[in-house]
Amino acid sequence: MGIKQLSVFCENKRGTLHEITDVIAAAGIDLRTMCVADTSDYGIVRIIADRPEEAVEVLREAGHTASIREVTAFAVPDVPGGLAHALSVLEANGVNIEYMYALVTTRTEKAFTVMRTDDSEKAEKVLTDAGIELLDEETIKN
Amino acid sequence: MENKKYYQPEFETMPVEEIKKLQSEKLVKQVKHVWDNVPYYRAKMEAKGVTPDDIKGIEDLHKLPFIEKSDLRDNYPYGMLAKPLEDCVRIQSTSGTTGKRVIAYYTQQDIDLWEDCCARALVAAGADKSDVVQVSYGYGLFTGGPGLNGGSHKVGCLTLPMSSGNTERQIQFMTDLKATVLCCTPSYAAYLGESLKEMGYTPDTIPLKAGIFGAEPWTAEIRKNIEETLGIKAYDIYGLTEISGPGVSFECEEQGGMHINEDHFLAEIINPETGEVLPEGTKGELVFTCLDKEAFPMLRYRTRDICVLSREKCSCGRTFIRMAKPMGRSDDMMIIRGVNVFPSQIEAVLLKEGFSPNYQIELSRVNNSDTFDVYVELPPEQFDDSVKTIAAKEKSLRDALRSMLGIGPAVHLVAPKTIARSEGKAVRIVDKRKLHD
Repeated sequence: MGIKQLSVFCENKRGTLHEITDVIAAAGIDLRTMCVADTSDYGIVRIIADRPEEAVEVLREAGHTASIREVTAFAVPDVPGGLAHALSVLEANGVNIEYMYALVTTRTEKAFTVMRTDDSEKAEKVLTDAGIELLDEETIKN
Repeated sequence: MENKKYYQPEFETMPVEEIKKLQSEKLVKQVKHVWDNVPYYRAKMEAKGVTPDDIKGIEDLHKLPFIEKSDLRDNYPYGMLAKPLEDCVRIQSTSGTTGKRVIAYYTQQDIDLWEDCCARALVAAGADKSDVVQVSYGYGLFTGGPGLNGGSHKVGCLTLPMSSGNTERQIQFMTDLKATVLCCTPSYAAYLGESLKEMGYTPDTIPLKAGIFGAEPWTAEIRKNIEETLGIKAYDIYGLTEISGPGVSFECEEQGGMHINEDHFLAEIINPETGEVLPEGTKGELVFTCLDKEAFPMLRYRTRDICVLSREKCSCGRTFIRMAKPMGRSDDMMIIRGVNVFPSQIEAVLLKEGFSPNYQIELSRVNNSDTFDVYVELPPEQFDDSVKTIAAKEKSLRDALRSMLGIGPAVHLVAPKTIARSEGKAVRIVDKRKLHD
């Protein structure tokens, strides 16, 4: 399970994000969501796109450092405490979250979340056991 | 006790003609000593078609081949030794390129003469046996601490072997024990001055009266700053491990250039491109020949320091030739917090640790202390999307650099093409410090 995330290592300076999104746009690839981690020296742009392999290729061709990794995505009820419940399951089972961000969805009753953990297999198992819906490439398109 | 003006007046004020005669006699003997005992240098002389018989005095010095840092590196560890190892009592060392250090050997006589040179510097700065000398240069392989420590003993001063660092303790000893002479790098002196000021000390409540500062470049502006904050007279000192250590030359009360201890060290200025000897008063690369050293006698050692010599009479009464503060280098060596660093050392570590040699060194000065940052482009295949793993790589690279250089830079991994290039060529060193007047 899990979905493919595109990561780009870039210089923390004006215009970098625009350049990255421009390269992806020119290839006709659709961005579903993105988030940026920044330090004073560099940034890491994390992107969920509809054709990640192709996106990596065009970014590399444009001279960027880009890679793909699997991340875990899941859906929680869009109500107060929805995300907190899922996180309590992870914590109770000793899974550490490295980072997390939200994914845009058209399903109004659910909120989609993407995360990288220190043990994705375990994370997926404990979430499934707790009745939390995991998402794959197909389901996030809805 | 009467304040002596010179430590060894018989040499320090010797008429120039006599100094030259003494140098000639010593040079003839020294060349023979090296010829007989250092096969490497003998081969160099043979290749140039020179034998000891060709050297009849200092006017023949130019016939001898040069020694460069690379010769010392290639002969690590014992190749340049001119005395049996059993006659040696000490080594000192300086960082070298590509991991090999430069090792200098000393017999007891070599140590004695070196310490005499440091004693001359201390006496020139007004020290006598009633003084308390705080030595805040590093002790160990670095020559700064051991050299001034020995000189201070020779003068009979109470010596505080503080070594570098631990500012709080430095200040406590300085004020409690009433240190009167401080020996350290000029940037550390300035830093101590700022710290004392912050603690409420004014120049008249600081016991110091003089300081001897060297091992790194400093400007007239830094000197003024140190003199005003500490309420002292600040004296420059010059030296290098290959020749002995600090005290190859030193400043007198005139503060107008450093007197070279000419009875021990013969100085020349050459054109760094051609090796041709330049007339006195011309700017060029400083070259030293050790006239008395037994274990590690350098003949025509190229310092790579660019400076000017002056035989102009000095009002202090010393007849030794004076050298200006070095105005730069004829190689790419940097002096960072008193430590010699070559870009090639950094390159060697990067390659060994699996990084590309796409890097930039940035030097600056904050609160009178050098900052040392190394920016390295992260190879695409090493990119993992977490900040944590990048930070761990930065730390391990910093540790590897520290172990090679003896001083740890702040390492920044950056994206490819981040490092500025000038006309396609990467700019390796960005030095924002103002080091020379």
